[in-house]
Amino acid sequence: MSTAREQIFAALRQGFRGRNEAAAKVGVDARLARRAPNLVPARAKPEQKRAAVAAFTAMAEEAAATVARVNTMIDVPGAVADYLRNHNLPMRAALAPDPLLDAARWERRKTLEVRKGRAEAFDEVGISLAYRGVAETGTLVMLSGENTPTTLNFLPETEIVILPADRVVGAYEEALAPLRSNSEDGSRHSLPRVVNFVTGPSRSADIEQALQLGAHGPRRLHIVIVDDAAGP
Amino acid sequence: MSPRPQNPSVGLFATCLVDLFRPSVGFAAAKLLEDVGCRVALPRGQTCCGQPAYNSGDKANAKRLARRTIAAFRHFDYVVVPSGSCGGMIKTHYPEALADDRKWLPRARAFAEKTYELVSFLHDVMGVRDVKARFEGIAAYHDSCSSLREMGVRVQPRALLASVTGLGLRELPGRDACCGFGGTFCVKYPEISNHMVADKCREIAESGADTVLSGDMGCLMNIAGKLLREGRAIRAYHVAEVLAGVEAAPIGQVKPEAEEATA
Amino acid sequence: MTEMSPLHFKENAIRALGDAELQRALGNMRQGFIEKRTKAAERLPEFDALRDKAKEIKDHVLAHLDLYLEAFEKNCVAGGGTVHWAKDSAQARDIVLNICRLVGAETVTKGKSMVGEEIEINPFLEANGIRPIETDLGEYIIQLRNEPPSHLIAPAIHVNKEQIADAFRQHHRDLSPERPLTDRAALLNEARRALRERFLEADVGITGANFLIAETGSTVIVTNEGNGDLTQTLPRIHIVLASIEKVVPNFDDAATLIRVLARSATGQEMSVYTTVSTGRKRPGDLDGPEQFHVVLIDNGRSKLIGTEFQEVLRCIRCGACLNHCPVYGSVGGHAYGSVYPGPIGKVLTPALQGLENARDLPNASTFCGRCEEVCPMRIPLPKMMRHWREQEYAKRMVAPRVRWALRLWALAARLPSLYHFGARLAAWWLYRRGKKGRGRLAKVPYGEGWTRFRDFPAPLGKTFQSQWRGPRRHRRPSP
Repeated sequence: MSTAREQIFAALRQGFRGRNEAAAKVGVDARLARRAPNLVPARAKPEQKRAAVAAFTAMAEEAAATVARVNTMIDVPGAVADYLRNHNLPMRAALAPDPLLDAARWERRKTLEVRKGRAEAFDEVGISLAYRGVAETGTLVMLSGENTPTTLNFLPETEIVILPADRVVGAYEEALAPLRSNSEDGSRHSLPRVVNFVTGPSRSADIEQALQLGAHGPRRLHIVIVDDAAGP
Repeated sequence: MSPRPQNPSVGLFATCLVDLFRPSVGFAAAKLLEDVGCRVALPRGQTCCGQPAYNSGDKANAKRLARRTIAAFRHFDYVVVPSGSCGGMIKTHYPEALADDRKWLPRARAFAEKTYELVSFLHDVMGVRDVKARFEGIAAYHDSCSSLREMGVRVQPRALLASVTGLGLRELPGRDACCGFGGTFCVKYPEISNHMVADKCREIAESGADTVLSGDMGCLMNIAGKLLREGRAIRAYHVAEVLAGVEAAPIGQVKPEAEEATA
Repeated sequence: MTEMSPLHFKENAIRALGDAELQRALGNMRQGFIEKRTKAAERLPEFDALRDKAKEIKDHVLAHLDLYLEAFEKNCVAGGGTVHWAKDSAQARDIVLNICRLVGAETVTKGKSMVGEEIEINPFLEANGIRPIETDLGEYIIQLRNEPPSHLIAPAIHVNKEQIADAFRQHHRDLSPERPLTDRAALLNEARRALRERFLEADVGITGANFLIAETGSTVIVTNEGNGDLTQTLPRIHIVLASIEKVVPNFDDAATLIRVLARSATGQEMSVYTTVSTGRKRPGDLDGPEQFHVVLIDNGRSKLIGTEFQEVLRCIRCGACLNHCPVYGSVGGHAYGSVYPGPIGKVLTPALQGLENARDLPNASTFCGRCEEVCPMRIPLPKMMRHWREQEYAKRMVAPRVRWALRLWALAARLPSLYHFGARLAAWWLYRRGKKGRGRLAKVPYGEGWTRFRDFPAPLGKTFQSQWRGPRRHRRPSP
């Protein structure tokens, strides 16, 4: 007896009788290797970086995220502490162990207690670093990995994401382009296990179609945009 | 817009429902067309467009009737239908039904090209922007689904109705929602159909209209029938009757004098 | 109780029409979803062009489905995933059970998956001693109530908050009776609390897939709650259930589909969480599953390729056709008795379950065309319903009485003199009957379906054709 796989392919090929197989193969290979967005809306093509950051901020806020803006990484712990204090949240957080975030010198902010690592069930606040921000819809792009564990994005009730301003791009395609394979040098893709596109805090309208925030994931999403993340 | 045709010959496709239930719509259509110089004829060979067969899955008969209709109207410059539903059958579905008929497909396409719903023909082809008619009342215009989605009729009836003296127009909140007629649907699924038409009638009443107008007799019979059953004092007319200023009792009612005569 | 079979559509529909609670919910739904989608579409000038592009992408995929599935498999395996193939529901269920058994799973969390409903994975796992927990809030509510979903993206749309509170009180054993569950926020918090424990204890997480990306062998889920991500991040095993038509060539194509999905579904610019998963936990990763299994399920789809129903496989399950359907809006999802309700169900269910088991579904439509108008993938749903009716007619499944009536009428319509004579006769006869009713009839032979709810406007005595050609033409003389 043939395997399920063979049966499925046999049934499909029955439907493709008369197809020019050689042409089909060439077409499919070309499509798989193609790296060109199909149609990117005009709004996802901001003229300059500043417009992209402004558009990102407006769209993220529309999706019920809050956005703060600071100059350099050194200012980040202060912005985080302000946010937590203003919302009466615990001054304790799980922090993504990314070297870029080390530049923030968290240890100098004594009132804020951070633990580097993944989020655990008891963590109420998670702080992570965005790989990209997409202006089109105010979407954060978060990668899994040893420096930015995925649990930080989902387990804590409050998610704080640090986004260097130079990481804001226009469209989804731009955000992922650097991670995809390059047919010219034959490299394989370098996608991590998970790429999370996050637009605002968790929500559900499953109870009587009334929108409520914080269904299973974070109730709050706070984004701290750092204008000059490489700066002092 | 292409130049307005001079005295085109127009075959009037009367539709079964107009033929059987509402001759005044046929006369209204002819008047509106003749008023702008069309030479109107009603070819004898016309019967039904075949939609009931087509929508019931009887494609063979639908194709037969499509070929008949195409042949009956072959000599006209235009074919005009006072219905989006029969018009849509001709314009959208004839080429579809005859897709595998090499001889008839080109004819079906050419036929579809010259077929128009009445009001959009007046507005888009003949360039009519106003009519000399009077109608006292406040009307809600009901878009039939086929007019709206198959024939591109939306602004044209509203534009022409706006020129009718004495007539006010109201828009319904669910104006692109079906009234529940659906041909055989209304007798195959009467409860669902009733729910839909009841919704429509409630919206019409809530709009403050005292008249409902539409371009399709199917919708109108459904809506008028429900309004009458519910005892609502809202009149139903085909849009052509109002545009042509034809004197007729509302659909499903008789004129007061006729009422006395039969009493 | 609603019989879950499309064979009972008529009875179920009548019951649904009389259900005041359901009618209230459906009223809200129609307003909410329709307005939001309209606004989202109007806000994006490229929306219709994106729909065209989206259609083109899926048409291309469906014409090369075998090749893209091969590419997906190859790249998924290269990324550390395992690909399984299931011809039907039974095979898919066995694959899932075997994976669960290998790790001795007791509790399985589940993200929302329509194909999961289709293969009826939950009752099967339960029967085999494994506890499946739905984690999408709506799915969780209906799981507690032991009901099927009634909408593709809002499965508990028919349930009110009092009913939800009852379900929680009955099933959450650790819930104190004093705790008030009167408002929606309290209900959400209670669900969050109860489900958080399940997320943490689950051995296996099962999700569906909105898309499969052939280029990278990735699977994509789109959610708003984040439940799918907790489901797939916390347990040791992640199983993805996906039907074979979900594959797209590359990320550029997925991005195009993503741009039309949320806007069509909920009117959002973008759903909150769009997650691209590629393989299992990597060396050095601090979290994520150790195994990543993708179960590719055919279940009747491959036989649609090359037929007039192929285009239905473009569907991305946004639910816009349901939201805009006047029939769905009248009777809700359960009346259909099938996993996929509404217009998409009317086309898909006969394909998956056999036309003889779902005959009412393609018939219960007015062909108003609103579904096709809003479908982001431009699926010609009414046309395909008509194709089912053609099959029904060709296979002589239509009642003989209806067949004969159609034949007689069609014969007359081909003979104009006979037709016009018949029309004149009918007009005269109905007119006579209508005179008493002052222009309307309260009863017509064979018209009970009509006259039970409405009057029947009577003809005026003579047909239009006979008057036009008659000696005393009422016509205005031509100028």
